[in-house]
Amino acid sequence: MRGATQAKFAAGAIAIALAATACSTSSSSGSSSGSNANGVVTAWWGDPQNPLIPTDTNEVNGGAVLNMIFEGLQHYNPKTGVAELANAQSITTTDQQHFTITLKSGWKFSDGTPVTASSYVDAWNWGAYLPHAQNNTDPFFTSIQGYDAVHPATGSPTATTMSGLKVVNDTTFTVALTQKFSLWPDTLGYSAFYPLPQSFFKNPTAWEAHPVGNGPYLIKSWTKGTGMSLTPSSTYSGNYKPKNGGIDLKVYTDPNAAYADLQAGNLDIDNGLSTTALKTVQSDLNGRYLNEPAGINQTISFPLNQPQWNTAGAKLVREGLSMAIDRPTITKVIFQNTRTPATDWTSPVLGAEGGFSSTLCGDVCTYNPTKAKQLIQQGGGIPGGQLTISYNADGPHKEWVDAVCNSINNALGNTNACVGKPIGTFAQFRNQIQNKQMTSAFRTGWQMDYPLIQDFLQPLFYTNAASNDSHYSNPQFDSLVNQANAASTKATAVSDFQNAEKLLVTDLPSIPLWYQNGTVGWSSNVSNVSLDVFSVPVYTNITVNK
Amino acid sequence: MGRYVIRRLLQMIPVFIGTTFIIFAMVHALGDPVAAFFGDKAPDPAAAAQIRQQLGLDNPLIVQYGNYMKGIFSGNLGTAFNGQPVTDLLKIAYPTTLKLALVAFTFEVIIGIGLGVLSGMRRGRLADTGVMMMTLIVISIPTFVIGYVLQYLFGVKWGLADATVPPGAPFQSLLLPGIVLASVSLAYVARLTRTTIAENSKADYVRTAVAKGLPRRRVVTHHLLRNSLIPVITFLGTDLGALMGGALVTERIFNIHGVGYYLYQGIVHQDTSTVVGFVTVLVIVFLLANLLVDLLYAVLDPRIRYA
Repeated sequence: MRGATQAKFAAGAIAIALAATACSTSSSSGSSSGSNANGVVTAWWGDPQNPLIPTDTNEVNGGAVLNMIFEGLQHYNPKTGVAELANAQSITTTDQQHFTITLKSGWKFSDGTPVTASSYVDAWNWGAYLPHAQNNTDPFFTSIQGYDAVHPATGSPTATTMSGLKVVNDTTFTVALTQKFSLWPDTLGYSAFYPLPQSFFKNPTAWEAHPVGNGPYLIKSWTKGTGMSLTPSSTYSGNYKPKNGGIDLKVYTDPNAAYADLQAGNLDIDNGLSTTALKTVQSDLNGRYLNEPAGINQTISFPLNQPQWNTAGAKLVREGLSMAIDRPTITKVIFQNTRTPATDWTSPVLGAEGGFSSTLCGDVCTYNPTKAKQLIQQGGGIPGGQLTISYNADGPHKEWVDAVCNSINNALGNTNACVGKPIGTFAQFRNQIQNKQMTSAFRTGWQMDYPLIQDFLQPLFYTNAASNDSHYSNPQFDSLVNQANAASTKATAVSDFQNAEKLLVTDLPSIPLWYQNGTVGWSSNVSNVSLDVFSVPVYTNITVNK
Repeated sequence: MGRYVIRRLLQMIPVFIGTTFIIFAMVHALGDPVAAFFGDKAPDPAAAAQIRQQLGLDNPLIVQYGNYMKGIFSGNLGTAFNGQPVTDLLKIAYPTTLKLALVAFTFEVIIGIGLGVLSGMRRGRLADTGVMMMTLIVISIPTFVIGYVLQYLFGVKWGLADATVPPGAPFQSLLLPGIVLASVSLAYVARLTRTTIAENSKADYVRTAVAKGLPRRRVVTHHLLRNSLIPVITFLGTDLGALMGGALVTERIFNIHGVGYYLYQGIVHQDTSTVVGFVTVLVIVFLLANLLVDLLYAVLDPRIRYA
């Protein structure tokens, strides 16, 4: 569900005062007037890019619906982000590599058919099978034994199912991974791991037009490009039963149009607030606004595949550049205090226990123009004489890239040291990164798939990992990650990952900039609005005022 | 006349082929659309190759274009990336935009020409100065500013109109977006009408008509206006096409899911079939509007003959 690409998350800052006001408003209005259990909530939405198949959806809009119509083996607690057993009764292992998953009995899809072990195994096999061309399988299924046979890097698949998945009986199945992965059970709350009903396998096209799941809501009607109506599902057996009478999702192209509707009372939930709206949202909505940290960070990456960036001197230059960026001022002026300067490569949503650190990056991420200039000179100056920071021009990036460059230029006393380099569209931008055409710095953003420190490090910095855009490779880092994955307790795994993360402070394949927040504004018709750790509204908890 | 129309229609064929090819090549030049499927994540090469093959994106440009044209002649405009046939999208989008364009066009004709006649007849007086000032202000303010301001005042602050257009786009909710969309062209129409009216009111045939003792009303509508409308009609004709294409900004502001919305989505996702399909229809609208204008000349001015 990486979606930090465009203005999908118009972010906010950790403003405890704001959050506190918002809470008091919602609780007081909620208790005084009571709620209407049949009331329908209208909410902001964008048109999903791909069909709503769990293994084919990796952006926020499709993800929001999938989370409403499905419930997986695990459910991430909306407050803490900790994975809690949902459809799974237990997930056990003795060696961190072979897992036995037992399902709770009696769970049903909204079409009345039972959720069985095969619902999971078949769905995962279907998604991983190469000819189905699903775009959200890596890295979720890659760790399962037999993935290479159904999804080879080149050529045709030699099998239709993964050998690592075995159905034992209706409520039990076993999973064998290719290597040890201690935190693997905690990844199972992610949408790619959702089960699929029999009707899907019989006719995927018909199912796509009217998706059926096992979650708290079911889809009542869906007009592509316009909106979707969801009502509570009577067959849902989980802990997150809806407290409202349904959700009406309305597609908006322009965030300002949604905000106008919110103010006019035609929209209840707006989690697509634009930067323009954020300037006045506090007074416009009388405090009906929430601003919480999300599992999204923004970084500037360097092409370490280019020889000029892969020297000892370039390392010092990167350190100098990091120190030349005045993060507090930029987050305040450009983002209206709606982003928080980064202190590591993860996100505050993990909590200290999950591996977040407010000190890990230390001096390297602290503004120090004098030291910055010194380090860059010591490292032989910026490779090529000028730093360009590439970004996709179809996203809201120009302002902050210019500000970052300005900060670097001021520190170096050279107005030409750094310039922003817009690239037309996001697709073009991705192509250049993927084809190793980048010769200087470029923007990168990461939205977590699951609240685990592993997800912030392994896919981004492990040698040849799927999203290793800077082409960073350090055997020591790789071996620490392997060690963490083999750890028998979560605490050891987290501390091993943190040790690996410490290597990034000296190697600096990317410079942490700031953490992004999720924001949501709501109308006076609704109460109990909150955001989960993915900064998606907790739709099931929203109540409609009487 | 009939032969002229046929000749014009035949001329549209090369224009049609040329524009579709240019658009096709331009969208193609934007790069690999498959990368965007994967969000911020680097695409998995095996899955990307599979998607490319399924969408026919692994063929050379000219083959892709050939396949696309083959589809067009069998009435198949291709499939958008989310699996919907482009013809379905056209069926949803064009009626909505056409509705909006018609509302705007009506405002343009009635208010624009009305104001033009008013100020042209009273040249130099208060009414004239007022209209000239107003139109100048409207022309110099960008459409999106007018849009957001009117939306805030009427939709949010006073609650007199819908802030955004609900699904189905009922006529009454299109009034506000219609005024916004028409605003700039309306100002031009008013100014153009004023100038020609002012010029022609001193013409010999007007003096003759007045001398004949015709009532003033008849002089204005049948003699003066009919002759003065020729340049205005040219402008209106080309503007009808521009209204359909230019609705992009207005549609975004008022959340209208018409041509602008789908075109925008298509460009963002580099969805060639959607973009080419929508632009092609826009091109046809432009061509037909131009033909219509040329034919209207003959109606307004009997001296113009087509052979």
